Amino acid sequence: MTISEPKPLEEILEYLKGSDKVFIIGCSDCASVVKTGGEPEVTQMAKTLQEHGKTVTGTMIGEPGCHLLGLKRQLRENKEAYDAAETILVMSCGTGTQTAATAQDKPVHGANNTLYLGCVERIGHFRELCSACGQCTLEYTAGICSVTRCAKGLQNGPCGGTTADGKCEVSPDRDCAWLLIYNAMKERNALDSLRSYRPPKDAQIHPGLRPQTTAEGEKK
Amino acid sequence: MSLRPVLQSDKFIVTGEVGPPKGVDMTHVIEEAKLIGGIVDGVNVTDIQAAAMRVGSLATCHLIKDVGAEPVLQMVTRDRNRLALQSDLLSAWVLGIENVLCLTGDHPTLGDHKTAKAVYDLDSVQLLKVAKGLNEGHDMMAAELEGKPDFCLGAVVSPGANPLELQIMKLEKKVEAGAEFIQTQAVYDIALFAEFMGKVSHLKVPILAGVVLLKSAGMAKYMNANVAGVTVPDELIKRMAAAGATDKAAKEAGQKGGNAVATSIAIAVELINGLRPLCRGVHLMPLGWGHHVPKILQEAGLA
Repeated sequence: MTISEPKPLEEILEYLKGSDKVFIIGCSDCASVVKTGGEPEVTQMAKTLQEHGKTVTGTMIGEPGCHLLGLKRQLRENKEAYDAAETILVMSCGTGTQTAATAQDKPVHGANNTLYLGCVERIGHFRELCSACGQCTLEYTAGICSVTRCAKGLQNGPCGGTTADGKCEVSPDRDCAWLLIYNAMKERNALDSLRSYRPPKDAQIHPGLRPQTTAEGEKK
Repeated sequence: MSLRPVLQSDKFIVTGEVGPPKGVDMTHVIEEAKLIGGIVDGVNVTDIQAAAMRVGSLATCHLIKDVGAEPVLQMVTRDRNRLALQSDLLSAWVLGIENVLCLTGDHPTLGDHKTAKAVYDLDSVQLLKVAKGLNEGHDMMAAELEGKPDFCLGAVVSPGANPLELQIMKLEKKVEAGAEFIQTQAVYDIALFAEFMGKVSHLKVPILAGVVLLKSAGMAKYMNANVAGVTVPDELIKRMAAAGATDKAAKEAGQKGGNAVATSIAIAVELINGLRPLCRGVHLMPLGWGHHVPKILQEAGLA
């Protein structure tokens, strides 16, 4: 799940300065679950913008907002409302905003800040779990990502900063990932697997240089 | 000359530590290095300690070598990627620095530039391995070097960490990766340290126990509350508190104090004497009280 948060309304209004007719795109997946771009949030945003003197020509919920061909099709279905707008407000993650910018020619504005990839623990409570590093090592760390959940992203064991109550010295709200890994490995009698040296991750897989086609498509 | 000959000798090893200033006035750090350089075997220079921006370790190491100290370059992986780490190691060698202590470094959020990007491209074990590779004449990509360094490499351990087993597993990796000496987090409890030494007796590497000068009862309480893996026993806190109270009364009566300093020195000497039978040496961290180090070492019979 891509976790996002809404930007302050003042910032969004600043973006929309000079554009009176707005079309809003939400997202059926992550932003709906996270409540930053589902049907209720999009409806509320339309109402708020109208209160601030804007004309909302229409809204739609991308299914999902990051599906380029799907978004193009949906925009065709909403042609009249879309055509009437000067600008597009996207209530999705950064990927959704960029997908909307690719799918059509009007200027887009992102209504949310994208935070991280995480799970939903309960409504409104999320936990960052994956950094999308492209070189998964969860096999060696009991399914607990030390790249993401250790504040320093350490791969060969903890630093000296584990507090007496098992937290990370960076924040009392954060469990020491290496302590979690140790406890899990100990539980399954597999501590020895933590003894092997883990080499540096390949940071040369820079965002932007990563393969753009995966799974059914052929990797380039 | 690197630390290697003294590590290989029978001598009880003493290393000290200086911290570069925030600003360009190097007077104090050079004075401290002059004062202790001749009576200790090596002087660590911290690398942007506590993630608080200041003069770098590399430049300071070079300057203190000029005044007769044997510098130990502390190198953290927090601020530089693998290109810069390797380049700085080569730079250190060409400036005459022969000892390197490899650490990850305090997280930026604990320092004075809390929103700085944390790099951690390598961890401390990986940095040791990379530095050892440079010693062997190749960089991380296996490219051959024109002229190779011969660093004496060190690493750190926290003997008070919990769980200790996990800390020791990492220490084993550090030794395997190339650490030739180990300096520890501050030790105040000799019995606990003896227990730790029992658990690492299989590691054939010199261990220098960390001794941080206690400056006040307040500092001890602060460390107990905020520094992971460090526990100052109540008895030492009481002694520092009593000495501080005596100084306060003396000051109010217009008399000279000095009890806290004397007690701090006495505690350091007791710690050194207690640690001496347990390990190969001590790493003294005076935290700006370098001018008391000569007296401590004299009283401990080490200078």
